[in-house]
Amino acid sequence: MKLIIEKNRYISNKKKLLIYLSSLILGIFISSFIFLFKGINPFYAIYKIFSGSFFSLFGLKETITKMIPLLLIGSGLTVAFQGKFWNIGAEGQLLAGATVASWIALNIGPKVDLVIPLMFLGGFIGGALWAMIAAYLKSKLGINDIISTLMLNYIMAQIVQYLIYGPWKGKTQYGFPYTDNFPANAILPLIKNSRIHWITLILGLIAAVLLYFFIYRTKYGYEIRVVGENPNAAKYAGINFIKVSFIIMIISGGLAGLAGVGEVAAIHRHLSYPDQISANLGYTGIIVAWLALLNPLMAILTSFFFGGILVGGDIIQTSFKLPFATINLFNGLILVFALIGMFFIEYKIRIDKE
Amino acid sequence: MKENFQTLSLKNICKNFPGVCANSDITIDFKASEVHALLGENGAGKTTLMNIIYGIYNQDKGDILINNKKINIRSPKDAISSGIGMVHQHFMLVQNHTVCENILLGYKQAPFFYPQKKFKNKIKEYSDKFNLHINPDAKIWELSAGEQQRVEILKALIRNIKLLILDEPTSVLTPNETSDLFKTIKNLVQSGLGVIFISHKLDEVFAISDQITVLRNGKVVGSVVPGDTSKNELARMMVGREIVSTYEKKQKKEGKVALSVDDLWVKSDRDTFAVKGISFKINRGEILGIAGVSGNGQRQLVEVITGLRKPCKGKIEIFNHDISHKNAKEIFRLKVGHIPEERLVFGCVPNLSIMENSILKEYDSPSFCKNMILNFEKIQNHTRKLIEDFSITTVSINNPIKLLSGGNIQKFICAREFSSKPELLIAAHPTYGLDIAATDYIRRLFLKKRDEGCSILLVSEDLEEILTISDRVLVMFNGTISGIFIPGEISMEKIGLMMAGSTSS
Repeated sequence: MKLIIEKNRYISNKKKLLIYLSSLILGIFISSFIFLFKGINPFYAIYKIFSGSFFSLFGLKETITKMIPLLLIGSGLTVAFQGKFWNIGAEGQLLAGATVASWIALNIGPKVDLVIPLMFLGGFIGGALWAMIAAYLKSKLGINDIISTLMLNYIMAQIVQYLIYGPWKGKTQYGFPYTDNFPANAILPLIKNSRIHWITLILGLIAAVLLYFFIYRTKYGYEIRVVGENPNAAKYAGINFIKVSFIIMIISGGLAGLAGVGEVAAIHRHLSYPDQISANLGYTGIIVAWLALLNPLMAILTSFFFGGILVGGDIIQTSFKLPFATINLFNGLILVFALIGMFFIEYKIRIDKE
Repeated sequence: MKENFQTLSLKNICKNFPGVCANSDITIDFKASEVHALLGENGAGKTTLMNIIYGIYNQDKGDILINNKKINIRSPKDAISSGIGMVHQHFMLVQNHTVCENILLGYKQAPFFYPQKKFKNKIKEYSDKFNLHINPDAKIWELSAGEQQRVEILKALIRNIKLLILDEPTSVLTPNETSDLFKTIKNLVQSGLGVIFISHKLDEVFAISDQITVLRNGKVVGSVVPGDTSKNELARMMVGREIVSTYEKKQKKEGKVALSVDDLWVKSDRDTFAVKGISFKINRGEILGIAGVSGNGQRQLVEVITGLRKPCKGKIEIFNHDISHKNAKEIFRLKVGHIPEERLVFGCVPNLSIMENSILKEYDSPSFCKNMILNFEKIQNHTRKLIEDFSITTVSINNPIKLLSGGNIQKFICAREFSSKPELLIAAHPTYGLDIAATDYIRRLFLKKRDEGCSILLVSEDLEEILTISDRVLVMFNGTISGIFIPGEISMEKIGLMMAGSTSS
């Protein structure tokens, strides 16, 4: 008996969906062993995660709150990954957006009443500029995009660290390494009895819809897909690789920057430790994008799903006394299984009885 | 079983791809000590069939038998251990490694310590036995195409195979190398090997085969012995109609200059000069053929003219515009079409749909794109028209283009390039690997466009193609022009001499 791996030349959408969903379910199933080892009934634990985040009003509100940055980052990354630009620097781009927005809030906020639009604009530009460094390094100097975007995350985190311990350290924070709290006009309005900053949510939804249109219906989206699928053909067609790299990074970096604005201007209300602000959202956004099969519209669903899982992480922390890292394991397993599912969309395995 | 190989039989082999039946009910016997040629058009199913024998695809139905015993071949590994070897059209060799290292790669009996030292003698032994003249220490990139092919053959022989598949083995060879290959094949057959020889070239098939099987539309049309048939009959079996291989050319009108190249120097990726001071002109309505064995600078020349590579020195003018600093898109806008070599690498985006591939060059032209937004209704009509005009077989224009056969992809690229109404066409190996009907179609198309005033730079290794449709021919050797002539005014020997770099005339 032998296992044979063959390339699938063609596969129906129905079958794709089936493979995809079953790989997710399998991922959750395997994750349940984590709970089993800790002596917790896995069905109960998974029930807790999902009921807590999706089937209670409080949980649902929290889920949407966590979904906001994931949606902005994830939908932006679908564009980057379609162009095979491996931007894993959303963490840093988020921090860059948050930093610029903080500066605007603290320095322009007291003088200008309507400062929020300015913060979003600045946040977008901040994230985009930070991302453009990697675009330049890749398209002009041929430097590996994975390494450069990843390293830029650490650099940005250090910059934020420096600012909050040094020149931006708030006088009203009793020595804590935070900036001063933002003035009231620089704080995003929330939906009543929740932490949902609806302006950012709407921006995220608009971004996902626009990006879907952008990637499949506009000439720039076409260029990005051609570059991603076959860079040689892109060269043959005269597509400007440098321009495409910058477009990709301005979009994905800028959207991560917007996510950063939302986090500082609604949740934290000041700039604080970089780990607290970015909170692995940039990395989780990668999972959101892949799980959406690089379709920006589907990122709405997957970011909601992952928002829920993050909330579930909080819940298992409080009800089972498990470390928050458990949920990272959970996330990782789901991504691994989703990737395995993609393998089965490309290939099929048969058993050969000899 | 391996020791006394007598026959490999295919019984009722069927293979379907979505919407296409690549092989249906194929039954053939391949015998030891025999050269068995497989003839057929593109999409006739030859490659699919060979991939099934070699374990790259699995058949949907039917059996493979060796000496009348059913065997299962699920991977190339199985094929090799059953005594079947294959030399692919494109060699599978590691360029920076030595011959010895390439042969040892994946070889089970290779010793763990100092494999190269211990193995060299075995390579020499086989090389002498079959007259292959291979130096085990040479690096692959130093070798000519013919030598590389012999390395591939040796690689198969050393694995003790009994049946050797040669996929279009002559497509990369010079005439001399081809006759060497034929000697090698005869040696192999004498020693008891069976050889499956895949080719489009009737002369070669006639010269070398003991048995010829013709495939058409995935079915066996007939199996004949060369002595009992004629080339015309074989050609008829292949395409189902007589082929007229002579082309009528209208008298050329003297026109203005379309492309002029003056003292052009171009570097290759290895940082050595691949094109060394070439000058020539193409007039409007003229087909200029560039003959020569590939690797003599043709590729770099084409890349410079189409904007994919920058020249080091010299001047190129297209319709009186200097293009030295223009990119591919700007040159395309001067009404220059480009049929690139390696259609899957440069000519299309395999995973995008046929529809999306139809606008690869023109996606931002006003006819398909307004205010950044692509007009898919227009693109769809455009694609439908290309497919109808060039009778391209496809299930749906929304399918990825990689699902088309090689010949259909090439037709599609030609269709796309001509749809933009070029006034200068740069065509590199436009009929490479195509069947007779498709080749004939493309050559006629070139002549028709020429008569309409389009200038064509035709780079091809197929001498017959160059001689039948070009107005003038330029031979390239080692980055220089080794001769210019008008077809019919010079003997084949002289052309051969020019291709080999001898300019004495």
